[in-house]
Amino acid sequence: MNVQFRDRPGPASSASIKTAIADCDIHPARATASELYPYLAKRWHAHLETYGKHPYQGMMEGPPYPKAQPNASRRDAYPPEGGPQGSSLSFMQKQHLDPNNVALGVLNPLNTGQGIRNHDLSGAICSAINDWQIEKWTSKDSRLKGSVVVPNEDGVASAAEIRKRAGDKNFVQVLLLSRNVEPIGQRRYWPIYEAAQEAGLPVGVHAFGFGGNPITASGWPSFYIEEMVGHSQCQQTALASLVLEGVFERYPKLNMVMIEAGFGWAPSLAWRLDKTFEKLRSEVPYLKRKPSEYISDHIWWTTQPMEDPERREHLLQMIEWIGWDKLLFATDYPHWDYDDPSRVLPAGVSDANRQAFYLDNARKLYGLA
Amino acid sequence: MTAPIAGGVDCDLHPAVSHLTSLLPYLNDYWRDQVTTRGMTDLVSQSYPTNSPISARPDWRPAQGKPGSSLADMKEQALDRFGTAYGICNPLYGVQMVFSEDMADAFCRALNDWLVKEWLDKDARLRGSIVIPVQSIEKSVAEIERCAKDPRFVQVLMLVMGDMPLGKRAYWPIYAAAERLGLPIGIHAGSAYHNPPTSVGWGSYHIEDYVAQAQAFQTQLTSLIVEGVFARHPGLKMVMLESGFTWLPAYLWRLHKFWRGVRMETPWVDRAPLEIVRSNIRFSLQPVDAPPDPEVLNRLFDHMQSDELILFSTDYPHWQFDGDEVLPEGLSPDLVRKIMIDNPHATYSRLKHAALKETMP
Repeated sequence: MNVQFRDRPGPASSASIKTAIADCDIHPARATASELYPYLAKRWHAHLETYGKHPYQGMMEGPPYPKAQPNASRRDAYPPEGGPQGSSLSFMQKQHLDPNNVALGVLNPLNTGQGIRNHDLSGAICSAINDWQIEKWTSKDSRLKGSVVVPNEDGVASAAEIRKRAGDKNFVQVLLLSRNVEPIGQRRYWPIYEAAQEAGLPVGVHAFGFGGNPITASGWPSFYIEEMVGHSQCQQTALASLVLEGVFERYPKLNMVMIEAGFGWAPSLAWRLDKTFEKLRSEVPYLKRKPSEYISDHIWWTTQPMEDPERREHLLQMIEWIGWDKLLFATDYPHWDYDDPSRVLPAGVSDANRQAFYLDNARKLYGLA
Repeated sequence: MTAPIAGGVDCDLHPAVSHLTSLLPYLNDYWRDQVTTRGMTDLVSQSYPTNSPISARPDWRPAQGKPGSSLADMKEQALDRFGTAYGICNPLYGVQMVFSEDMADAFCRALNDWLVKEWLDKDARLRGSIVIPVQSIEKSVAEIERCAKDPRFVQVLMLVMGDMPLGKRAYWPIYAAAERLGLPIGIHAGSAYHNPPTSVGWGSYHIEDYVAQAQAFQTQLTSLIVEGVFARHPGLKMVMLESGFTWLPAYLWRLHKFWRGVRMETPWVDRAPLEIVRSNIRFSLQPVDAPPDPEVLNRLFDHMQSDELILFSTDYPHWQFDGDEVLPEGLSPDLVRKIMIDNPHATYSRLKHAALKETMP
């Protein structure tokens, strides 16, 4: 948070004594808009300059809810060579990967081809982003792994993009956003899950995106904080959709990661799903198990932004309900609400749980153990 | 099982309108004619399909008619059964779904008058909530002022999913009127279906709509807090009805963290969200979205850090519990008394005016 990062120790703090961690939510940025052009067919350069991205929201550029600081990023994360925060590998190494001893960094590119109404353009940009991740990031630093971004509203094209990347060790997951045209359990998205299962890639669902729906069930709220807090409600509904549509019955080997939407809500949602399912199961007869069982078998959670109770033991009690084996540490670098790995866990956590939380769960899930 | 104690306040009862034609005696000639000439159908919201298991407990389902439509049944199954001193009626008839504010206004007035004549006048324990045509602020305020003359109306009722987030400034005259007249705002599960019923679009199933009520309550609470409703109206109480409450601790941990991070965006929020909830927001007991394990529930109460937030409710005739197990296991006698008696009385100040009702025309 803004208040906290000012007094955080600088990048000079001793890397060598820190235990290795996985950071499961890093946001790489382009230094310039045209940085993507080498990976995009010529027709799209002119198209983008003439018509823009034409997303499912009104702004030609920038987010509908202005962030609290430029690019929603740390003010100390601008690379010395220029460009926005997160756009320089060497500065990311110097400021984050090296001092925090990040052994595995999962890249989740935002502002890609997702949430674009022209599905051909959506597919072209997503594919370009995937090429760009390899060339600019993962091929240059073996700690970094990419996420296959897909044109989410076009299930068939998404599946093709996933199959194109299957087996490529530069990628460890498929990336979706939580807010789409329809709740993501619906069948227009099933080809994505089928291809991901086939490729052995977990599907990460990152908070954010615009799918044309108001971002609350009562319409559009006023403030950025409402959007930020609201990501957890969008994610809850998206997860309910995945479970209740039977995605995990249909794709029993599919694993999914809930990214940057909190995790403290997971027990209550699972309890509510179970309780309601007891009464309404005749409506969804294809579900063979209780909703909470699908969640505990198929869902992982990245940790940032860690919920922040007044009494920190409450957080540990909440984690017991979820399972120490289901959390994946993440910082959200370079975004402003970055969680510092040296500060997120209170005292009293066993070494085994720390090791699982910071590194081992991620290595296992992403097949890097 | 934790046994209920006598003298409690049941804060969420649902008397059902048998059919739109039941409201005809309470409509003026114009609207009576509109209903009949246009062949208008019954206003049943798909939030609660009449035959859905959630809409009525199996042993509370009458042989004929809608669950909740018989006062005799309500007395036997809820009021007498749980030794209720006061029962607050929250009609869920689908008047909020219509798109014309004039029609909504006529139906709300009829519904409120129907509640008085068919329920409040017939059982001295019953109290009412004022249903308002929220699309028109002016008409809503007028209806609140009209009904509030009867002290048996103890709150204003809104649905959790409407046209706009509830904190929006346009709604504030409603809150000003409610605060002035000593009426809490009750926000009940359900949608006007003027927006998709989830924040990520239209789900496929009824079960999704029902589960998603809890998320709608969360976003509304954010809206109410960050827009500054309680900075302007510090004395206003709001009651989340049929909202679930086990989501509250983790929700507040997140809201509090972001509020600390970006409070410069909403500088009028003069207290921490946690404090606002503790002083101004209450939750009805049912449904209890937790496993039947006293240890889990007590831990959740500990996470809430307050024993004043929960108000007793049966959610009659909805199916939330079986037998007499309206109170979850493991509650201390002190907490039972708070939930059933002290907390509701501290919330609904107009319950004190019960004795005045005889003086009303």
